[in-house]
Amino acid sequence: MKELVVSKIREGTVIDHINAGKALLVLRILKIQPGTDLTVSMAMNVPSKKMGKKDIVKVEGMFIQDEELNKIALISPNATINLIRDYEIERKFKVQPPEVVEEVLKCPNHACISNAEREPIKPRFYIKTEEMKVTARCHYCGRKIENLDDYIS
Amino acid sequence: MKHLISITDLDREDISYILKKAEEFEDVAMGKRKLRILEGKILGNLFFEPSTRTRMSFEVAMKRLGGDVINMTAQEASSVAKGETLADTIRVVSGYCDAIVIRHPLEGAARFAAENSSVPVINAGDGAGQHPTQTLLDLYTIKKECGRLDGITIALMGDLKYSRTIHSLIKALALFEMKIYLISPEALALPEDIIEDVGGEIKKARLEDVISEIDVLYVTRIQKERFPDEEEYRKVSGSYRITAETLKKAKDGMIVMHPLPRVDEIHPSVDATKHARYFQQSFYGVPVRMAILSEVML
Ligand SMILES: Nc1ncnc2c1ncn2[C@@H]1O[C@H](COP(=O)(O)OP(=O)(O)O)[C@@H](O)[C@H]1O
Ligand SMILES: [Zn+2]
Repeated sequence: MKELVVSKIREGTVIDHINAGKALLVLRILKIQPGTDLTVSMAMNVPSKKMGKKDIVKVEGMFIQDEELNKIALISPNATINLIRDYEIERKFKVQPPEVVEEVLKCPNHACISNAEREPIKPRFYIKTEEMKVTARCHYCGRKIENLDDYIS
Repeated sequence: MKHLISITDLDREDISYILKKAEEFEDVAMGKRKLRILEGKILGNLFFEPSTRTRMSFEVAMKRLGGDVINMTAQEASSVAKGETLADTIRVVSGYCDAIVIRHPLEGAARFAAENSSVPVINAGDGAGQHPTQTLLDLYTIKKECGRLDGITIALMGDLKYSRTIHSLIKALALFEMKIYLISPEALALPEDIIEDVGGEIKKARLEDVISEIDVLYVTRIQKERFPDEEEYRKVSGSYRITAETLKKAKDGMIVMHPLPRVDEIHPSVDATKHARYFQQSFYGVPVRMAILSEVML
């Protein structure tokens, strides 16, 4: 049995193979904010055979919806999800980028209506993946985002 | 419900259909034939940014078809904008009329308006974004004056960086396999991502090298505000100005287009040449907008 960097959990969601340094962004995407009641542990820059270095996030006592987890692919297309029950991995899958995301990304275009303060508008982006490179296009103004990390809302 | 938000929402067939319809309305647009097919219908013009031509030509198009128009001017709009969201304005106004024409300074505003409207929305320009009715009348002009759209060689000249007219137009040109030359100062070049998006045959060029080859010369204004100082502006804009002399080597059938208003990028000496088509182009805005209005409201 290999050593666990963060202690074992009985039940919950483990997000593994996150690109090194992106763990905090993963929490942001999952809308897990300071003040949360959840027990969350995080390991950054863990040595990994496949990736050199990786981050890991574990959320105890909660099975996060696939739809939410797949948004992680925007910033870390190699991430794998492990749903843990009774200390064992019950299901494992690789994140798949969604085709459309709402309220995850913020448009870089200041002149875009989706950035207008008082409008009842949900920023909406169409996601494209080419050779592991993920890009997004704004539904409203058409602006393309290449570096998604910088525009997580 | 049919909206017209971006030229990219249309394919070749949609475009050809609208242009064909416009042709049927041309004599009505000139007042030679009466038609009342939009009688009892009301168009709401919502201009959050000043415009004379676009607003007037929509108004004329509507009235020539027997319809009525209500207007919100840029001045009224700015006082509305302080108190009310665009979403609310649209919800209210779409209760007053059968279609809305909107011009707004923010990109994507027309699409958002359409999402909040109970009647069809037509985009008349959203910031640096789209201006599809201008594009359709540009295509109509090329088709009428050159006899076809496919295989045309066109040069786009002037401010290719900020001009929404150009950004809208170039996407449509690609649908008709046109050969495109870009003529602009480096600082006002067409953004790379648009070139990539459009694909097809696009090359940067100098006017004197391509003047004898092109079928269409599409000129746009170079705005003073885009330059750090007056000196720089004069230097650059001077070399993107055309005169009757510039056109000496052009083909007989070559046409000069401009979305208007022009400042001094086309010298008045061009007006009397066989090449000038910008006033004709501006008139074509009426039958094209008639085609669009009848299409969304009937
Ligand atoms: N009960 C558990 N509690 C917390 N983390 C666990 C538990 N079981 C497995 N993990 C973590 O889930 C991830 C996937 O585990 P595993 O399938 O064994 O490794 P790998 O995917 O690297 O082959 C690893 O980061 C591991 O530490
Ligand atoms: Zn946008």
